[in-house]
Amino acid sequence: MATKISIWNRKIITQAAMDSVLKLDPRKMMRNPVMFVVEVGALLSSLQLIRGLIVEVPGSGGSSFETQITFWLWFTVLFANFAEAMAEGRGKAQADTLRRAKSETTANLITQDGRVEQIAATELKKDDVVVVSAGEFIPGDGEVIEGVASVDESAITGESAPVIREAGGDRSAVTGGTRVLSDQIKVRITSNPGETFLDRMISLVEGASRQKTPNEIALNILLAGLTIIFLLAVVTLQPFSIYSNAPQTAIVLISLLVCLIPTTIGGLLSAIGIAGMDRLVQHNVLAMSGRAVEAAGDVNTLLLDKTGTITLGNRQASEFIALPSVDEAHLAEAAQLSSLSDETPEGRSIVVLAKEKYGLRGREIHKLGEGHKFIPFSANTRMSGVDFDEREIRKGAVDAIEHYIAPNGETAPPELQEIVERVARSGGTPLVVAENRTPLGVIYLKDIIKGGMRDRFDHLRSMGIRTVMITGDNPLTAASIAEEAGVDDFLAEATPEDKMALIRKEQAEGRLVAMAGDGTNDAPALAQADVGVAMNTGTQAAKEAGNMVDLDSNPTKLIEIVEIGKQLLMTRGALTTFSISNDVAKYFAIIPAMFMISYPQMQALNIMGLTSPTSAILSAVIFNALVIIALIPLALKGVEYRALPASKLLQKNILIYGLGGLIVPFIGIKLIDVIITSIGLV
Amino acid sequence: MSLSGWFQIVFYFALLLLITRPLGAYMARVYEGERTFLSRFLRPAENLIFRFCRVDEEWEMNWKEYSLALIAFSLVSGVALFFLQRLQGYLPLNPQDLPGVDSPDYTGSSFNTAVSFMTNTNWQGYGGETTMTYLTQMMGLTYQNFFSAAVGMSVAIALIRGIARRETDHIGNFWVDTVRGALYVLLPASLILALLLVSQGVVQNLNPYETATLADESTMAQIGNESGSGDSVELKQAVNTQTIAQGPAASQIAIKQLGTNGGGFFNVNSSHPFENPTPFSNLLQLFAILLIPAAFTYTLGRMVGSQKHGWAVFGAMASLFLAGVIVSYWAESRSNPLFPGNVDQIASETSPGGNMEGKETRFGIANSVLWATATTAASNGSVNSMHDSYTPLGGLVPLANILLGEVIFGGVGAGMYGMLVFIILTVFIAGLMVGRTPEYLGKKIEAFEMKMVVIAILVMPLFILSFTAISVLMPEAGLSSRNNLGPHGLTEILYAFSSGAGNNGSAFAGLNANTLWYNTTIGLSMLFGRFFIILPVLAIAGNMAAKKRVPSGAGTFPVTTPLFAVLLVGVVLIVGALTFFPVLSLGPILEQFLMSSGESF
Amino acid sequence: MRNLLTAVLFTFLTTLLFGLVYPLAFTGLAQIIFPHQANGSLVKDESGKTIGSELIGQPFVSPGYFRPRPSAAGDAGYDAGASGGSNLGPTSAELIARIRTDTELMQAENPAAKVPVDLVTASASGLDPHISPAAAKFQIPRVARERGISESDLGSLVSRFTEERQFGFLGEPRVNVLLLNLELDKRFPK
Repeated sequence: MATKISIWNRKIITQAAMDSVLKLDPRKMMRNPVMFVVEVGALLSSLQLIRGLIVEVPGSGGSSFETQITFWLWFTVLFANFAEAMAEGRGKAQADTLRRAKSETTANLITQDGRVEQIAATELKKDDVVVVSAGEFIPGDGEVIEGVASVDESAITGESAPVIREAGGDRSAVTGGTRVLSDQIKVRITSNPGETFLDRMISLVEGASRQKTPNEIALNILLAGLTIIFLLAVVTLQPFSIYSNAPQTAIVLISLLVCLIPTTIGGLLSAIGIAGMDRLVQHNVLAMSGRAVEAAGDVNTLLLDKTGTITLGNRQASEFIALPSVDEAHLAEAAQLSSLSDETPEGRSIVVLAKEKYGLRGREIHKLGEGHKFIPFSANTRMSGVDFDEREIRKGAVDAIEHYIAPNGETAPPELQEIVERVARSGGTPLVVAENRTPLGVIYLKDIIKGGMRDRFDHLRSMGIRTVMITGDNPLTAASIAEEAGVDDFLAEATPEDKMALIRKEQAEGRLVAMAGDGTNDAPALAQADVGVAMNTGTQAAKEAGNMVDLDSNPTKLIEIVEIGKQLLMTRGALTTFSISNDVAKYFAIIPAMFMISYPQMQALNIMGLTSPTSAILSAVIFNALVIIALIPLALKGVEYRALPASKLLQKNILIYGLGGLIVPFIGIKLIDVIITSIGLV
Repeated sequence: MSLSGWFQIVFYFALLLLITRPLGAYMARVYEGERTFLSRFLRPAENLIFRFCRVDEEWEMNWKEYSLALIAFSLVSGVALFFLQRLQGYLPLNPQDLPGVDSPDYTGSSFNTAVSFMTNTNWQGYGGETTMTYLTQMMGLTYQNFFSAAVGMSVAIALIRGIARRETDHIGNFWVDTVRGALYVLLPASLILALLLVSQGVVQNLNPYETATLADESTMAQIGNESGSGDSVELKQAVNTQTIAQGPAASQIAIKQLGTNGGGFFNVNSSHPFENPTPFSNLLQLFAILLIPAAFTYTLGRMVGSQKHGWAVFGAMASLFLAGVIVSYWAESRSNPLFPGNVDQIASETSPGGNMEGKETRFGIANSVLWATATTAASNGSVNSMHDSYTPLGGLVPLANILLGEVIFGGVGAGMYGMLVFIILTVFIAGLMVGRTPEYLGKKIEAFEMKMVVIAILVMPLFILSFTAISVLMPEAGLSSRNNLGPHGLTEILYAFSSGAGNNGSAFAGLNANTLWYNTTIGLSMLFGRFFIILPVLAIAGNMAAKKRVPSGAGTFPVTTPLFAVLLVGVVLIVGALTFFPVLSLGPILEQFLMSSGESF
Repeated sequence: MRNLLTAVLFTFLTTLLFGLVYPLAFTGLAQIIFPHQANGSLVKDESGKTIGSELIGQPFVSPGYFRPRPSAAGDAGYDAGASGGSNLGPTSAELIARIRTDTELMQAENPAAKVPVDLVTASASGLDPHISPAAAKFQIPRVARERGISESDLGSLVSRFTEERQFGFLGEPRVNVLLLNLELDKRFPK
């Protein structure tokens, strides 16, 4: 899936070449008004050509010229079809990989009476329960209702490391086509045949269910409008030519029309859209609609979960701060002891810190003596610790420890309060350690911000995107981390409701919001957000609610998604601008060519110095066709993207595609003119 | 070209720049219903109108209601003007005893004129002093000069509101906007201007035409007769009197310029010495032409809360305008190679030089081209020189100004909303290049807006190109009206339909457009050219008003920068040039080449 | 329907205000403040007979008068009841022929100088009361000859009737033909 497919993949090119001929079907061409006009033009000139072969038509002397023009008109249509077919072909290649995973799976269905029955995976219905053992493929999308298993999801994600799937919680969703590596799980199927995630992915990457996005529709209206205007300009040119005693042949008028209507963008528009989806797929992100990709480019506010996105998943102990009356080493020892059985990353980091800083070797558990008893963390006490040798060590959040040392409501010593506050203010999480109901000091747990995040946020800011960090931390801690990471704002002590409210508020002010999420309780917010990226590891509910799924389950990817959205829109705009600017040069090629014979003075407009009227018109038509081919790689790869403020981006793109669009065709047409003249085509 | 000519052009432009801010701010206050220093005097009149017409001042309309009210008013007032013309022979204030327009034979002139003034085109298919009674001039033409202009301003304001407001479907009250525009902006300005004009010699009376006894009572030699009249020999007769037309001209001319109407009191419009007697009256009228359109850019900035955007739009308009003036001044100052060598065409301190055919001595070249550019940039259409006699490139400038959609300052209101259509187009095309779906001042530009924009930009080419094409294919109805042959004849016809569809009203006046064919087709062009832009524009206003407004930031498309102004200029030029380049290449461009190589027709 | 009713009422009342009250009231005002200008800046002789308007050009063809520019107003030119320009374009054969003929006639009267362009081109209104100072100067030899006066006397009269640019910078320098010719008749009667 994640394998990158080269643009120059021979198989795809061959297939695309064949498809481009099939796409000539006028019923299909109608969807694209610009290219449809070209096809009609090509058809008309072909008919004229054929008529000229059968009966002598007066005035159609240069039949070699007419033949060549006609061929190039057809090429223009074919090239546009080819661009689309190329984009689709790349998607199809991805889909084939997926399809292989889907084929021929059998399911062990648990029937009503508890028997296990083998049926084909395609016969599974929603709410069926199947059992999957090690080595078997999971037959459909579902939810683990019993057991734990490691699952190889590489067919979907391309990620070779297995993932754990277990009943209950946020890691219960499994995807059809993935393989169980160890253990056995029971899965309740959550989708009907043909509607599975895999099915949807296949149709998405193939572009089968592709619909025009809102912006594409608007752009199509403009292109159709321009086409009508040029049709008017060209059709009425004949009466004016007659008035001027310089009537034109149909083929010349058709050539002028085809050169003027925006064939470049008209031919590449759908390819750009498909390629945009495809680029997301290559980043292991599936967009459920093209609309979502466009929305990604428009995002104003990014909601980023602190943990896992901005910071590394875990906090680490970075300092032991003892109360004035307590020896620091004593605190370290107590902290270490309390964490010996704490297998959380935080717990382990405490043990490691104590060892590194104070040379305290992690004591073997058995050396603690017979009577030791570990107190695991519980939601009730919100503390963990150890009891042994008359020592009772506890660590926990400050209010929990306060309650522990002074259940009657006395306050902890002011010194402790002060340390706790200081730690919290600097963005850390204070963990208070107490021994025998006496506070010893504080473990400073620090959030570690991922490398390079600050830069990325700066870039986003320069692009006008606000980042909001979402965290369950208290406001003090959150503010400090927000400051360190360089986000614009934060939402502390966030509940799912808070998140939802924030999204609503941003949207009410007209902003578009993107967020990532995985839990079931994220689902409403994912649905509310304009771009909701669900993690593939997340629950089915989350995946259904979002409009994109990140197969790598990497929330940081939100930023790349936004960039891909922007790149898609930029490519569309750049090629539109390029296409329209091109027309200026084409006028200077064709108009003088049309009237030079009747009015030699018109030669003054032939600023390119093209050889003859026929070579001028032919060169313009050839250029018009070739430029489509030449721009296919750009359409598929997208224009170069850099995180810059809008005004800078605009300046850069106008220079390249606007000004370039004015100048390039002058050079191109001249070059083609020189070539076709020297090889004697005209 | 002379230093003094350039100085006058620069002086004029500086004056315009100076007034833009105060007037623009004043207009914003007027349309937002705030009190102004004139409220004390005008508020009673305003109240009277609202009460009489049962208009609730506080009630606001959605775009459909606004459109319906606009159409109802245009229809009623247009029909009224039609019948006023037909019946003028029976009505008072007719000292010359002129018959009803279009009597005895209907040639479509009264229809054409009714449409022409109702659509703010003010195309004159007729000669004022030989056709219209004083009553028609005042109650019909002067009235429409005020109100067709006020309607245009209302539409622009409605669109600006649509952009500025959010999540509402109200865009204002048509009746209220129109009354305020006429009462607070147009009327006071007209009074001041009219008085200044009279001081310069513009007539203002209800007298019958004056007969003067000529000093040189001799036979008038045959000079400069209208073309095509084969009976020139019979004209060698004694001429010893001169009939001098009179009338209430100043009051109409003031609003003719301020409202970018342009329909003259006399046949030759502002080249007539009674309509524009001195260089100062010329400056005043020139100033009046672009006064309100320029100020509208400031009003736009003020009302949408981005003054810089207003100035960017002003900048785009100004650069197109100045470019036009420069080209035209250059072209008209050059010698016509077809003239005999012993004609002195070089400018000097005592001779204007250049192409003086169809230009007045008191204005010379600079003031003529400045006017020609201003009157066509704005959809004014009044003339102080005859565009038909311009050199090919000199005449291309006014024609191109119209073809670009009358958006270089443009008509009062009409220029603003026309330019806003182009702004939306620019934002749509270029906006994508910043990596966001297009948005204008925080409003998303989507399929609906594009549909309306496309309709609006399609109307002009549709009517101009089709009717011109049909006309050149008809030897009798189309071609026989030409005053010039060759490419210039094509330009005459093209100019007529451009002027009509663009609601400009100026002409390559040699074309005899007072025929059934031209009266009807140009009438239709004016009608569609007006309403098929106004209706899409109001639809856009309504649709935009309902949208949320995305706050602007570093990532949004900048509409306040010089780069934006350049882009806007580019889009206006490219859309216009791409559409009309083919026909222009067979008109003025071909004529220029042929003139250089010494051909005449 | 409601709109139509409003439109009728609205058109009626505003027509009265803007179409009658405004122009009529303003006519009264203009007649009080600037009666001369408002009535056409007419020029009358001693008997009170109107002999023209200082703003409107008149035809002068006798060689003893300064001639105005060619006119296309009315059938015979300078018809102030039917203003009009020639509307001939720069490539019009008719225009070129007209200019050729006129230039030849003019040149014959004063072979010493080139013919100033305004003297052979028709004005926009056909009622242009002015000619350029150069065009006046060009005609001095002929008029002086016809009137039997010295060219320098005539020259200083022309200079006196040469209007400079308004306020020193507006418009072009020019000579009012009617006023000049009237003065000519007064000072140097034939």
